[in-house]
Amino acid sequence: MSVTQVLEGSEAVALAVKACRPQVISAYPISPQTHIVEALARMIADGDLDCQYVRVESEFSAASVVSGASAAGSRSYSASSSQGLLLMTEVLYASAGMRLPFVMTAVNRAVSAPITIQVDHQDTISLRDPGLIQLYVESSQEAYDSHIAAFKIAEDPHIMLPVLVCMDGWILTHSYERVSFIGQEDVNAFLPPFRPANFLDVKNPKTWGSYAEEDVLMEFKYSIHSAMQYAKRRINEIFSELAEITGRDHGGLIEAYQTEDAEVVLIAMGSMVGTIKETIDKLRVQGQKVGLIKIRCYRPFPYEEILESIKGAKVVAVLDANFSMGSEGALGMDLKAKLCNRPGAPIVVDFIAGLGGREVNEARIVEVVKKARQVGESGLPLDEPYWVGLNLKLVEEGAGK
Amino acid sequence: MNVSQRFKEDELFVSGHRACHGCGMALSVRHILKATGNNVIVVTPTGCLETFSSPYGYSPWRVPWIHHVFENGPSIASGIAAALKAQGRDNERVIVIGGDGATFDIGFGALSGMLERGDDVLYICVDNGAYMNTGGQRSGASPLFSSTTTDPAGRHSLGKLQKKKDLPAIIAAHGVPYVATASPAYLTDLEKKIQKAMEYHGPRYIQIDTPCPTVWGFSSHQTLEIGRLGVQSGLVPLYEMENGKVTSVRKIKKKIGVEDYLKPQRRFRHLFSSDQGRQAIAQIQALANENIEKFGLLKEPENKNKETKPTKEEM
Repeated sequence: MSVTQVLEGSEAVALAVKACRPQVISAYPISPQTHIVEALARMIADGDLDCQYVRVESEFSAASVVSGASAAGSRSYSASSSQGLLLMTEVLYASAGMRLPFVMTAVNRAVSAPITIQVDHQDTISLRDPGLIQLYVESSQEAYDSHIAAFKIAEDPHIMLPVLVCMDGWILTHSYERVSFIGQEDVNAFLPPFRPANFLDVKNPKTWGSYAEEDVLMEFKYSIHSAMQYAKRRINEIFSELAEITGRDHGGLIEAYQTEDAEVVLIAMGSMVGTIKETIDKLRVQGQKVGLIKIRCYRPFPYEEILESIKGAKVVAVLDANFSMGSEGALGMDLKAKLCNRPGAPIVVDFIAGLGGREVNEARIVEVVKKARQVGESGLPLDEPYWVGLNLKLVEEGAGK
Repeated sequence: MNVSQRFKEDELFVSGHRACHGCGMALSVRHILKATGNNVIVVTPTGCLETFSSPYGYSPWRVPWIHHVFENGPSIASGIAAALKAQGRDNERVIVIGGDGATFDIGFGALSGMLERGDDVLYICVDNGAYMNTGGQRSGASPLFSSTTTDPAGRHSLGKLQKKKDLPAIIAAHGVPYVATASPAYLTDLEKKIQKAMEYHGPRYIQIDTPCPTVWGFSSHQTLEIGRLGVQSGLVPLYEMENGKVTSVRKIKKKIGVEDYLKPQRRFRHLFSSDQGRQAIAQIQALANENIEKFGLLKEPENKNKETKPTKEEM
């Protein structure tokens, strides 16, 4: 039984989490994540959700509580954002290394300084390396669906890794959209109770979190990578399985939009994808062969699907809402690393777009397409990324000094 | 049953770990688990105990044991306690055994949060007064005028110029039901306190003074003797606090001056070679006297000058 409602993105996420029957939730406030854990707290206060809800004193402890609970065999959930995610970083490395399969909503927000509550992807991109599966969503509906998939992905016995569902702060968490929900019985059938093979149990005592050295540490790390590789196939299967229940197909690891004959392919993730799709529709009417790859799963990095979808493209424009200081955007780097030894590979242009909430609107997307086309036609790749909408006058006046 | 008889029982923390000879912490852990029994899950933050007990592929732990990172022993334990509650596993309890670096310093925020929330966790600090796992750096638990590698005694320094943080008092101020201090020099007392703590629910704290031959600088056969001298000097008061009130103290039956405790230890050796050092010892004696006064560590005044026969354990 499916129900459709207009509600806030955060509320939709909370309803998805509730439907997944978590046993332990940890909560610490940070904008723009807070509405999610507040909604869950209300459900518990009203007796609609039976769950241990731990009100911690820091994000460090928020991540630690779900780690401990997960090790003890409970389905666990938390949420955070920006500085909070960075504070969790050390914990998340250890939890991925110990194969603790909790789910977190990572509400994307830029990272200080300057302090801001506006959106970009710097926070979760800074967490790309520990062994966390990272899903990105375009809409509240996709956020709802992806959370239900996330628990199943995390808890797969051959994966057993934390999953972050990354959603843009404000644009998704605080806007009201129409969202359809599947019935509880459908969720139960899709997502059975969490029954890990190993958990902290006095009847079967085991030692967790050992000290390792040069004889075995590399193998631990390689096994996480192997699980990530396996997860690519499994995530596609889980997305398809859920799509059959919901009747909504958001795609697999990526969604290829109008890429078949595209000369220029944009690659992006998060909420800017919706605006890009609309812009592409308009450019297509003008006869421009433009397409888009939406990254739904950023880690593991689905390069096989991406390479397949950009085969015919002359130029690929990557929109990175993050930046590695002194280098370039993360997604651009990932893609170029996989393309560099392939003959006939398209030119990749890295665009830095949307930092700190800087609007990525239709005009700016048209600018990106135009710039990418110019580079493609010149055949001369740019050495440096192109910063979309950058106000150089402010820089010259001393901003940031 | 006396201590030697209990050695024969099934151990929950077995031999073969990699602690230094004479480690007061390893001995304490063995007796902690004797007292808790096997229905416990143990959390250990990063530190000596984690390192010497968990080389991959080997384990002395016969109870479920987890190490995660350095700062989060209390919150990992909170998560486990929440999971046990969610799953209705009422017979299983959670304890943390962590060092003073994890407890007094880097994990202090997490510990305070766990106490304030009232989570059902027994937190045991095995306190050796410095960061021994990294070679003996100063911690908030290092005693006044001890020499540590990051606050060493030198021509212009007497070592640590600050007092040890009074963590049991800070913890008691959270309004928790049970706080105690213990020493491996008094194993029966230590085990009784663990057992008593296990009778309570909610957050509980026991701080065990665990002498470290390697960094304190004494011979590895002197561990219990050093522990005992600490108690007898008044520098390591052994007491219990229930619901915020001191409910029992272990009386000192054979009081010694602090020099007798300080002198055998390399970390205090510098105090015995200068006038400033001697003044420092007087300040340390004042701390011992404060403890004696505050906790009433000596026998009642009417018995003060009476000869008392120390029990076997106090010898």
